[in-house]
Amino acid sequence: MTTVLETRNLRKDFGALKATQDVSFRLEAGARHALIGPNGAGKTTFINLLTGVLKPTSGEIFLNGDDITSVRRDRRVARGLVRTFQINQLFGKLNVAESIGLVISERRGHGRDWWRFAGKLPGIADEIAQLATDFGLDSVLDQPCAGLPYGKQRLLEIALAIAAKPKVLLMDEPAAGVPEADRHEVLDRISALPSDVSILLIEHDMDLVFNFASRISVLVGGALFAEGTTAEIANDPRVREVYLGGGDE
Amino acid sequence: MITLLFDGLAYGMLLFILSCGLAVTLGLMNFINLAHGAFAMAGGYATVILTNRLGMPFLLTLPVAFVIAAAVGWVLERTLYIRMYEKSPLDQVLFSIGLVFMAVSGVDYLMGSQQQILHLPDFLRGRVEVFGVGIGIYRTFLIVVCGVLALALQLAVTRTRFGSRLRAAVDDRRVARGVGIPVKTVFAVTFAVGSGLAGLGGALGAEILGLDPSFPLKFMVYFLIVVSVGGTSSMAGPLYASILLGVADVLGKYYVPELGGFVIYAVLVVVLVVRPQGLFARAS
Amino acid sequence: MAKTDMTPNGAKVVKIMRRPVRWSLAEIAFWLLAVASVFLLPGQHLILTEIAGLAILALSLDLILGYAGVVSLGQAAMYGVGAYAAGLYAIHVTGEPLSGLLVGAAAGAVIAFATSFLLLRGADLTRLMVTLGVAAVLFEVANKAAWLTGGADGLQGIWIDPILGLFDFDLEGHTGYVYSLTVLFVLFVIARLVVNSPFGYSLKAVRDNPLRASAVGVPVNARLVAVYTLSGAYAGIAGALFTQTQQFISLDVLSFQKSADGLMVLTIGGPGYLYGGMIGALAYKLIQDALSGFTPQYWQFWVGLLLVIFVLVGRDRPRQFVIDVMARLRGGKGGAQ
Repeated sequence: MTTVLETRNLRKDFGALKATQDVSFRLEAGARHALIGPNGAGKTTFINLLTGVLKPTSGEIFLNGDDITSVRRDRRVARGLVRTFQINQLFGKLNVAESIGLVISERRGHGRDWWRFAGKLPGIADEIAQLATDFGLDSVLDQPCAGLPYGKQRLLEIALAIAAKPKVLLMDEPAAGVPEADRHEVLDRISALPSDVSILLIEHDMDLVFNFASRISVLVGGALFAEGTTAEIANDPRVREVYLGGGDE
Repeated sequence: MITLLFDGLAYGMLLFILSCGLAVTLGLMNFINLAHGAFAMAGGYATVILTNRLGMPFLLTLPVAFVIAAAVGWVLERTLYIRMYEKSPLDQVLFSIGLVFMAVSGVDYLMGSQQQILHLPDFLRGRVEVFGVGIGIYRTFLIVVCGVLALALQLAVTRTRFGSRLRAAVDDRRVARGVGIPVKTVFAVTFAVGSGLAGLGGALGAEILGLDPSFPLKFMVYFLIVVSVGGTSSMAGPLYASILLGVADVLGKYYVPELGGFVIYAVLVVVLVVRPQGLFARAS
Repeated sequence: MAKTDMTPNGAKVVKIMRRPVRWSLAEIAFWLLAVASVFLLPGQHLILTEIAGLAILALSLDLILGYAGVVSLGQAAMYGVGAYAAGLYAIHVTGEPLSGLLVGAAAGAVIAFATSFLLLRGADLTRLMVTLGVAAVLFEVANKAAWLTGGADGLQGIWIDPILGLFDFDLEGHTGYVYSLTVLFVLFVIARLVVNSPFGYSLKAVRDNPLRASAVGVPVNARLVAVYTLSGAYAGIAGALFTQTQQFISLDVLSFQKSADGLMVLTIGGPGYLYGGMIGALAYKLIQDALSGFTPQYWQFWVGLLLVIFVLVGRDRPRQFVIDVMARLRGGKGGAQ
C-alpha cells in the first residue's frame, strides 16, 4: 500500500502547552481511518497542522511524498488535501448553488476569471446540481447558507469539501450536533464517498467510528497512544481504559 | 539640541495625557473612538473661555476643564456609546465620525473658526537658562504636571481596587462580569476619566498645540499613533510611544522642516509594517 | 446557453446563477432616470456631476467593503493620487481626458497595490488604522511637495481638451455631467461583471468566511491584493474625473474628510449590491444641499447628527428597504412571464 499523507515527528506547542507531541502518522491510499481520543487530546489541532491553519513548531508533513510543511493552505487544497470543520464554516450570504459553484470554479483554476459570469463556466451548472442532489441539497439550492436548517448546513459543510475533489479528506466530527433524525443522512453521504478518496475521520461517536473505519489511531494528550485495526483497538485494554472508559459499551 | 529634546519631551508628555484615555477605551471596550479629540477640545475651550473671558486664574481652570470633559464623557457614554459596544468596528467608526463632525461644526458655530489665543499667567511664560541651555518655563510646567499625572495613573491602575477591576475587565470582559465586577460602571468611570484627562490635556495644550474647531480632526491621527504604537495593555506603552512621538515630531520639524508631519506618519507606517500583529494584540 | 441534455436541477442552477446577472426592471428604470436627468435637469448638472463622482468613489469602496469585507478609512489616498496624477498629466503631457482617466486609474492602482500588503494581516481595527495612516502620509507628502502639487494653494492651470476632440467642457457642466455619468455607467457595468464572475464569488467567499475560503482552495491574500488594487483604480478614476471636471485640485482630495465622505455615502446606500454608492451619493448630496440651504456654514453638524442617528437606528434598514423593493419588482416581472 502507498502512503498518501504522512507526518514525521510533528510537534505544536502553545507556550507551555504541548498540543501535539512528536506525532508520526501515516494515512494509506483509499484508507478509512479514524482518529479518536478524549476531549482535548489535540485532534483538531492535528487537523489544523495538516491543513496549514497552524504552523508546526517542528516536524514535517508529506502529501504523496512531497514535503508540504510550508505550503500555503490553498495550495494544499489544490494538491488534493481538503478538510471539513467541526463547527460549520459556510459562506453565510451566498446561497447553496453559489457556494458549491465557487469551490468548483476555484478547483478548475477559474478563480481569477473576472471577465465572465460565474454561471457561464461550461458544465458548472450540471456539476453543482449533481453534487447538490447527492447531498440532498437540491431543494434548497437558492437559499442563503446562513438560513439553512442545521442538518442541511452540515451536509453542505461536507459537500463544499467534496466539490474541491479531494484525494485526501479530513473530516472533523462530521456528525457533530446533528439531531438523531438527520444523522443517517449525513452518515449515508460519508459512506457513499468514492473509495479512491483516502479519509481520515475524527469522531466521538463510537458507533460511527466502528461502522466506518478499518483502522483507528488513538490520540491522548497530543501524542499517538495506539494504532491498529478496528478489532485491535476495540480489544486493546489500554485504550478501553483511557478512552472508552472501562467496561461500558 | 537639548532644548529641542526638552520640548519634545514636554510635547510627548502632553500627548500622553491627551491620548491615554483613548488607549484605555480601545483596550477595554475594543472601541475606536475617533471622537476622542472632541473631549480634548472641550477642555481646551473651557479653559480659554474661563481665563480670557471670565478672568479665572489659569491653574484653577485646569480642574474645571477636567471636570467638564469628564462630565460630557460620562453623559455620552451612558446615553450613546453604551449602545455601540456590540456593533461592528465600521459602525463605531461612523458613529464617532458623526460625533466629530457635530463637535467641529458646533464649536465653529458657538466660538467661530479662528484660532483661540490663551493668555498664560506671567509666571509660566518665558524661559530660563540652565547650564547654558534654554528651558521654557511652561514646558517645564507641562513635564512636571503630566509626569505627576502619569505616575498617579500608573499607581491608580496597579495599586487600587478600581485599577485591578479595570485590568480584569481589559483582560476578559466576560470573566470579569462572571466574578462580579460591575463592568458597566467600570466602563463608564474609565470613559469619563479618560475624557476628563483628554480635556485636561486640551487645556494644557491650548497654548502649544493651538486650538480651533478642527482640533479633533487635526490630532486624531496622533492619538491613534500613540495607541497603536504603544499598545493598550499597560500605561507604560502609550507613555513611551507618546514621548517617542513627541521627540520625533519636534526634531523632525526642526531638522527636516520640508518633511513636516511626514515623520510622524512614517513612524506609524513603519510600526504597522514591522509589527502588524502586535498593534492590537488584544483585539480579537 | 440552454443545453438540451441538461438535468432539471442543472436548469434550476442556471436560473439561480443568472438571477443576479439579469437586468431587473428596477435597474433599467434606475439608469433610464439617470439618462433622463441629463435632459430634464439641465440646471442641476454641476451638482449631479459631483454626485456621479462621489458615487464612483463609493463604488470603489463597495468593491472592497461590500464584496471582500475590507474596511477602509483611507480611500482618499487613491482618490487623491488619481486626482493629482490626472492633473499633472494634463499640465505636463496632454489635456486629452480619456487617457487622463487611465493615468488616474493607474496611479490609484499602484498606490493600492503597494499598500495592500499592509492590510493582509490584522483585524478590522488594524485595517482602519493602516488605511487612515497611509492616507495621512500621502496628504502630508502632497502638502510638502508644493513644487509638484502646489501644496496648500492647490494645483492650478489645468486645461482639459474636448472629449474625443468634439465635446468641450462648458461652465454649466453639461459636458462634464454626461461624461461623468458615462464613466460611472461603464465602471458600474464592469463592476457588475466582476462581482458575478468566478473571481467575484471567491471575493464573497473571503468576505463571508476567510478561513473556509482558504480551506476550499481560494488564495485569500492574492484575492485581497487584487480587489484592493482594482478598487484603487476605481478611486483613482474618481479622482481623475474630479480633476477634469473641476480643473483645479486642492489638498482636500487626500483629506480624511474625503475618505469619510466615501464611507458615509456607501453606508447610507448600503454596501454589497453596487447601487449603494449611487443611492447614497444622491441622498448625501441632497441632504447636504438642503441643510446648507438653511444653515450654509454648519451643515456638517446636521450631517454628523444624521450619521449618529443612522448608526444607532441600524444602518441595514435603508438598504433592506431597497432590496425589498427590487425583489418585489423582480418578482412581479417573473410573474408576468
